[in-house]
Amino acid sequence: MTSTALSAYRAPELRLPRLLAGVSYYHPTGLAEHERLYGPLPLPAVSPHRERAWREQPKRLIEIVERSGLTGRGGAGFPAGRKMLSVAARPGGAVVVANGAESEPASCKDRLLLTRAPHLVLDGITLAAYAVGADEAHLVVHGSEDELLDSLEDAAADRETLGVDPVPIQITGLPGRYVSSEQSSIVQYLNGGPAKPTFSPPRPHERGVRGRPTLVNNVETLAHLALIARYGDGWFRGIGPPAEPGSALVTVGGAVHRPGVYEIEMGTPISHVVTQAGGPTERLQAVLAGGYFGAWLPADLAWPVPMTHPDLRAVGGAMGAGMLIALPISSCALAETARVVSYLAEESAAQCGPCMFGLPALADTLIELAYHGGWGKTVKAIATLLPLIEQRGACRHPDGVTQLVRSALTTFAADARWHDQHGPCYGVSRAPLLPVPADEEREWGWT
Amino acid sequence: MPGVSYRLRVNPIVCTGHGLCAELLPEVIELDPWGYPILRSSIVPASVVDHARRAVDACPTLALLMDEVTGPSGLMEEITDPPG
Repeated sequence: MTSTALSAYRAPELRLPRLLAGVSYYHPTGLAEHERLYGPLPLPAVSPHRERAWREQPKRLIEIVERSGLTGRGGAGFPAGRKMLSVAARPGGAVVVANGAESEPASCKDRLLLTRAPHLVLDGITLAAYAVGADEAHLVVHGSEDELLDSLEDAAADRETLGVDPVPIQITGLPGRYVSSEQSSIVQYLNGGPAKPTFSPPRPHERGVRGRPTLVNNVETLAHLALIARYGDGWFRGIGPPAEPGSALVTVGGAVHRPGVYEIEMGTPISHVVTQAGGPTERLQAVLAGGYFGAWLPADLAWPVPMTHPDLRAVGGAMGAGMLIALPISSCALAETARVVSYLAEESAAQCGPCMFGLPALADTLIELAYHGGWGKTVKAIATLLPLIEQRGACRHPDGVTQLVRSALTTFAADARWHDQHGPCYGVSRAPLLPVPADEEREWGWT
Repeated sequence: MPGVSYRLRVNPIVCTGHGLCAELLPEVIELDPWGYPILRSSIVPASVVDHARRAVDACPTLALLMDEVTGPSGLMEEITDPPG
């Protein structure tokens, strides 16, 4: 199989880690160190003799990305090359937005990348801007994270001094609400509005920041792009299944000995990932795959499932942005779900009626079921509520919540019946496992 | 008109649940417990297209939208990154 890169650098011999190869535990990898590790940014220099090459190269970069099979690492898993193509094909100067606002409490892989390997992400932004012909580039992170903002500003300043990026990268702090990192929220915020989702169409790739075609990518996707441009699409496809190749960052949490972020080969079975994270601390009953918009899977069903979008979807799970939470048998899955759903209900932008009223009603009914028992009526009440919420919001927030609740009612059907008939189980007294930010640490504003 | 059908959509952000649409087009629209419209089907039956148009015109927040559908549509509709 042939492999093309924008500039051929000698590819690393180790299969893994890729993104985390140069990551120090203590400090961000600086620009000099970054270039020593990976080589300089492979952008062709503009020269009068090679003007044609300069015009042709962006198309080539998109082709390389398409051939690499890179998919979005923000949750949806959409082919990155095709998304670039749809932005590049539209007339008018494009805008690139790197989404580093990781709102999911169960995920911290984007934060790890941004705090430890910022230049991989920044390289990716510049390459994406080059590929789609953008003259404006943004990196958005949560505005409350002062230290992160400062370190990114420093990294961007270092690059500006050396003239690395033809298009300067603007760093913006976004309100830390759960739905603010949805791509239409980011676009609306960069346009001067509140960081709330908008009604589509138009979608950002059609009309985004300042009305221009806008490419919104997760920061991990862009970091992969930085490596693909250097080492080629063949190198990228060198690991992982052909349908979804490469590596991915996953955040493993819950009842494992070493919770944290791991770089895995795509398609690694869930069991291996849990083992890499130190293995279970006690017997597991289930795994939450894909985070809070993901789904519960019984542990024995989840165990052999390869971590890719199609494989997880096939068993009723989700890959999401690569989150796995191991739930021990001592926990009450319904109580855990109820707490998370209450949090997510509060994070609604309160724009769409079914989300604004439906999610709190759903959360209350779940809490009733988990902590009080339901006199045989609560499971039915939840089942009645779900279709009133589904597919009726402008964004995926309500549907993400109902998917989580449906999976809980399926995976823990026997538990739900027990709670409904007899009252809470012993698990409700166990300390909460799924992370939900404390009220005093949360942001409540939208601007 | 042969080959043309009409599709209803609700912009859920601007809809504030006045409920006029359900009054004017009960064949297609019912209200949820909070007063927001639920479309039984997005395609409007030919017999009630006029009623649908009236409902669209009557919506105080212009949240009810009707599009003419002629052929296969939906270019790149899958592009949506969920929050997170």
